[in-house]
Amino acid sequence: MTPAAEPPPILLEAAAVERIYRIGRDVEVHALRGVTFSVDHGDYVAIVGSSGSGKSTLLNLLGALDRPTSGHVRYDGRDVRELTDTELAELRNTRIGFVFQSFHLLPRMTALDNVALPLVYREGSPRERRRRATAALRSVGLEDRMGHRPTELSGGQQQRVAIARALVTEPALILADEPTGNLDTTTGEDIMALLESIQAERGTALVVITHEPEIAQRATRTIELRDGSIVGEAT
Amino acid sequence: MNLREAFRVAGQALVANRLRSALTTLGVLIGVMSVVLLVAIGQGARQEITGAIEGLGSNLLFVLPGDGDFGAGPSRSRFTLDDIEAVERELRGPGRQVAASTVGGEPIQAEGVRLNATVLAVSAGYPEVLDREIARGLAFSESDVTTSRRVAVLGASTAEDLFDTQDPVGRTVTISGVQFRVVGVLSRIGGGGTPFGPDQDRTVLIPASTGQRLFGTDRVDSIFVRATSTATIEQERSTVERVLAQRIGEDEFSVISQDEIIGVVGDILQILTIVLGAIAGISLLVGGVGVSNIMLVSVSERTREIGLRKALGARTRDITLQFLLEAMALTVLGGVVGLALGIGGAQLVAALAPVPAAVTWWSIALALGVSVGVGLVFGVLPARRAGRLDPVEALRHD
Repeated sequence: MTPAAEPPPILLEAAAVERIYRIGRDVEVHALRGVTFSVDHGDYVAIVGSSGSGKSTLLNLLGALDRPTSGHVRYDGRDVRELTDTELAELRNTRIGFVFQSFHLLPRMTALDNVALPLVYREGSPRERRRRATAALRSVGLEDRMGHRPTELSGGQQQRVAIARALVTEPALILADEPTGNLDTTTGEDIMALLESIQAERGTALVVITHEPEIAQRATRTIELRDGSIVGEAT
Repeated sequence: MNLREAFRVAGQALVANRLRSALTTLGVLIGVMSVVLLVAIGQGARQEITGAIEGLGSNLLFVLPGDGDFGAGPSRSRFTLDDIEAVERELRGPGRQVAASTVGGEPIQAEGVRLNATVLAVSAGYPEVLDREIARGLAFSESDVTTSRRVAVLGASTAEDLFDTQDPVGRTVTISGVQFRVVGVLSRIGGGGTPFGPDQDRTVLIPASTGQRLFGTDRVDSIFVRATSTATIEQERSTVERVLAQRIGEDEFSVISQDEIIGVVGDILQILTIVLGAIAGISLLVGGVGVSNIMLVSVSERTREIGLRKALGARTRDITLQFLLEAMALTVLGGVVGLALGIGGAQLVAALAPVPAAVTWWSIALALGVSVGVGLVFGVLPARRAGRLDPVEALRHD
């Protein structure tokens, strides 16, 4: 699947997306108030905003973890609202790689098993899973840490394991939520460089959600959120 | 997620919480163990008691007064010694086939020892019909009965209690103030009492006519008929019924075969076994509740893990399966170990206690089946809860 051969350039589309949370009986929170933008294959987009701007809500919607109250989120032209839970799970498994601020590695498992975890939920032999997980770990430079558990790894190494886990399914999009939030500046730089090299070399679209302007500046496109609406878009 | 993978994940989770898994399993283990053990004891008792009834002799028919309804009060017997003779004449089998007994609980004494034994006033054919062997001396003769001689044959325990190690033959015992000469001692048959008769070793046999005089009656309590063979038992039964119906009336007696008694007693003890098993089953149920409880704790502890797995593409049913297998692994493990301990315990009971224990295949199948079932039933609630978790909420959970 080379990006040049993709006929429709638009990977992900958000159209007039609203998300309303109901808290209690009659309190409604408008987390998103009509957000429209799109992400092409191979794009590098940063979504910035302070806490409470609707970033996390948008992340959940882009990650196909949640459905909008109104409006549409489309992956490859398929509307997320019209997919069943099982279809959403398949979409997440095949098209999206998640990188979280707090890594979200399973502490009981080795780095290799953590990386192989998404492959457990699709067809394939254990041998094949192992082979692919090993290759993914090698590409983030951790081939010598495969048998280590997360507690035996530094923060930067843990985030690399998480990136390998996101890569292992060869997704169309890597969705990174504050990927450097728990790391020091130097390590954060390394992690961003790693994510960017993946985007550049593999043509995987990269969406980074952050509140740090320095991180956001690295992207080719920046979308700024405030109070649930897009207030600025810079290229 | 395939099954193999799901088993691996479940196993990892259980090993990670070894103590908790072990304690949860213990609840199921105790339940399965008690089901297997108690059912084994119940079955053992059943075999023992039906064996004791079979020990009375084979091909036996019991003729009892009354129309034979269970639960009816004791009926006054209308049998006389003449009825016994009439039946005997009609059957025309080889050897003696009919015996009678009248039961009395008279105190008996000898050599200054006084004890209560079951005094059976019996016809001369009694030892032969009921397969009782004479260990010492002789049984009484026909003439002992017709002339109402005061002679006695002692059961093995009675003889031992009265005379210790001395030979009782030729000595005198006093029953209700009347002196009897001991002519013989019966062999020990063991087995104790049954619901259908006294301890056969703790009896004293006296001639029927003598006994009737002693008890002040001209009746006979029960009649025993030995069929010539299994094949002729039904035919001989109808002969007995016909003769007695003519002589004393149809509603005054009932004929029960040994098989019928074993059937009834067996049924009663079977119910007892089932009740025991059901009571033990309650502890299995409590064990199941424990599994459910711990699985709910496990789901809530691993909410973030569930959220992550869902984000990575786990479907609802993948998560549900994972937790269901975990619950079932706990109960099946408890089931297998509990089964082993139950069988071991049953053998220990059989070796040490007077009550034998017999492990039956159905209690094994039931215990294992139920432990799998308990895992399913009590695992479903937590597993479904896990499967339905909203990934957004679950990932945010801490």
